[in-house]
Amino acid sequence: MAVNLKTLTHNEDLLSGGHRACAGCTGANILRQVMLTAGPDTVVGSATGCMEVVTTIFPYTAWKTSFIHSAFENAAATISGAETAYRALKKRGELPVEREKINFIAFGGDGGTYDIGLQSLSGAMERGHNMLYVCYDNEAYMNTGIQRSGATPLGAHTSTAPAGTVKQGKEQNRKDLTSIMVAHNIPYVAQTTPFHWKDLATKVEKALAVDGPAFLNVLMPCPVGWHFDTAIGQDLAREAVECNFWPLFEVENGVYTINKKPKEPTPVADWMKKQGRFKHVFKPGNEHLLEASQQFVDAQWEKLLKLEAMTNS
Amino acid sequence: MEQKLVALSGNEAVAYAFKQAHPHVASAFPITPQTEMMHKYAEFVANGETDTEIILVESEHSAMSAAVGSAAAGARTFTATSSAGFALMWEIVYITASLRLPICMALVNRALSGNINIHCDHSDSMGGRDAGWIQLFSENAQEAYDNAVMAWRIGEHKDVRLPVMVTYDGFIISHTADALRMLPDDVAYKFIGDYKPGYALLDVENPITVGPLDLTDYYFEHKADQIAAYAKAAEVVQSVSEEYGALTGRTYEFCEEYKLDDAEMVMVILGSSAGTAKDVIDEYRAKGVKVGLLKVRMFRPFPAAYIAEKLAGRKAVAVLDRSASFGGFGGPVFTEVRSAMYGRQVPVRGYIYGLGGRDFDLGQVAKVIEDLQKVAAGGKVEDVNLLGVRS
Repeated sequence: MAVNLKTLTHNEDLLSGGHRACAGCTGANILRQVMLTAGPDTVVGSATGCMEVVTTIFPYTAWKTSFIHSAFENAAATISGAETAYRALKKRGELPVEREKINFIAFGGDGGTYDIGLQSLSGAMERGHNMLYVCYDNEAYMNTGIQRSGATPLGAHTSTAPAGTVKQGKEQNRKDLTSIMVAHNIPYVAQTTPFHWKDLATKVEKALAVDGPAFLNVLMPCPVGWHFDTAIGQDLAREAVECNFWPLFEVENGVYTINKKPKEPTPVADWMKKQGRFKHVFKPGNEHLLEASQQFVDAQWEKLLKLEAMTNS
Repeated sequence: MEQKLVALSGNEAVAYAFKQAHPHVASAFPITPQTEMMHKYAEFVANGETDTEIILVESEHSAMSAAVGSAAAGARTFTATSSAGFALMWEIVYITASLRLPICMALVNRALSGNINIHCDHSDSMGGRDAGWIQLFSENAQEAYDNAVMAWRIGEHKDVRLPVMVTYDGFIISHTADALRMLPDDVAYKFIGDYKPGYALLDVENPITVGPLDLTDYYFEHKADQIAAYAKAAEVVQSVSEEYGALTGRTYEFCEEYKLDDAEMVMVILGSSAGTAKDVIDEYRAKGVKVGLLKVRMFRPFPAAYIAEKLAGRKAVAVLDRSASFGGFGGPVFTEVRSAMYGRQVPVRGYIYGLGGRDFDLGQVAKVIEDLQKVAAGGKVEDVNLLGVRS
């Protein structure tokens, strides 16, 4: 499967402009890129969160496809219901419009996916619905005011785990949600970023082509929560891959493929330095946090290499 | 109309009624005493008696959520639950009504935790009374079946489009074999009709956005529309019930009257306890005591004017609640009835009974009737009383 830029650019943009995403938000890029690949015969569901709030303020909607938001923790369950309805109506020849295939895509932030929505997501994946779940992971609960999440990296400053005089931001490492999804033994799981548009589009295409559930974890640099200049969001997505913080990889029927192996990975500190949320980590006395961050990234990368080798042998 | 006489439990009867609606999708998670209802339905599917797609979710929250996705997609959809399962659905129970999705739910009444208790009371459905669902209570398996057939017509009516909850008492109705008459499948389906959703996510040529962010400038108007829908819903409950009565010979109104015409004293009650109360009322009638009963079938929308009219001019009214409103002024039915009776000069007393499946026995009904006589004679009885509890 190869994604062609020419074709993609001719596809209809299914997320209209005028939505209320922040300046420099990379989340809207993720939605647009996913939808460019998915096409108009798609039913979109969304968890409560940034992307739902900025695209649907009544009486406006940025969605040119069918769209449903119900609550925070149930995007996967909601879309699983719509997908089941599709099969039930199709079976009886009662679809409102005949289609060979309709895509079912649920979007959720890391709050709605890693944390409050994990049960709903796990259930939907285990049940085998023909759906794609896309997590836009901006590494904290940005919509409610930058609170820490299960996806927030070690040391990051958030409103609920702030850097203060005795505490230095989040005290735990991030949860490895992508691995949790792999453990569901679903046909397709992948990680990508909006900077790597070709990688993202290819992965969406693959995810929608499989028979069964697919999961895509997309890193989403957030200028508001990460505290960086609005111009550099995409650079930070690229650099997260170059320092192995966010490897591009996919798992097809259990077989790992790392899509990009940096020849000389940059130090994770270089990436962190550009983000205000890690400012305090660079103060004297916090060297251990930098060290622990690098160690965590290295260990995760080593594990990924082993998984790739093991599943391809 | 020839109707087969069968012996079924309440759960089986409702499963059968739902099957007759030929729903596209069901989603549910097991909880006692709802379990048998879904077992029965799963059997129908496994034996090819219906082609409903069942989503066997990992929680009631997801059961309600998947039902929302299914109904919004354009499919006829139902779910079933009890007690804590209903409580776990809570957030989405409100959303279902707000999105105007005519999902049907069998709510098999069971006490809410804690402590954990699997037996009947109405704390689950009463807790959801403000959520926006139409609530139809049933006295026995026949009524549960009939309500479960009518529910589709009511909720899916184009001027209503609201979810409907058919409630029946856990174990007392759900697990007890009872004789009832059922419509033939084709007649039932003809009565219910095909499902025609107003909008459907699956109509990808006419995309819609469901459940947007709705702020200070529009939210209230949307709620006003929703509030207005309940008056319409009451009219539709009435007309559908009349049509059903003509078809089956079993007539239903908002409430059932029992020996009410000349009653000086009236008990207001919901669910299976009405049967017990009727027996004791017979005994007192034989002694010349003019007592009657008003059984509330439709608790939501609450037929306030209708009930006030029925109770006007009585000497005393007792309202029996199988749930408490902790810290409130009596149980929820009492509060509603007493408020409906404002300015009518009829003394109304409240009784909370049967919590956690505590038997509602003949003695308790007799106690209420004795109290009613006392109130009617100008004697003193507390506004709110507990019935059948050890002191």
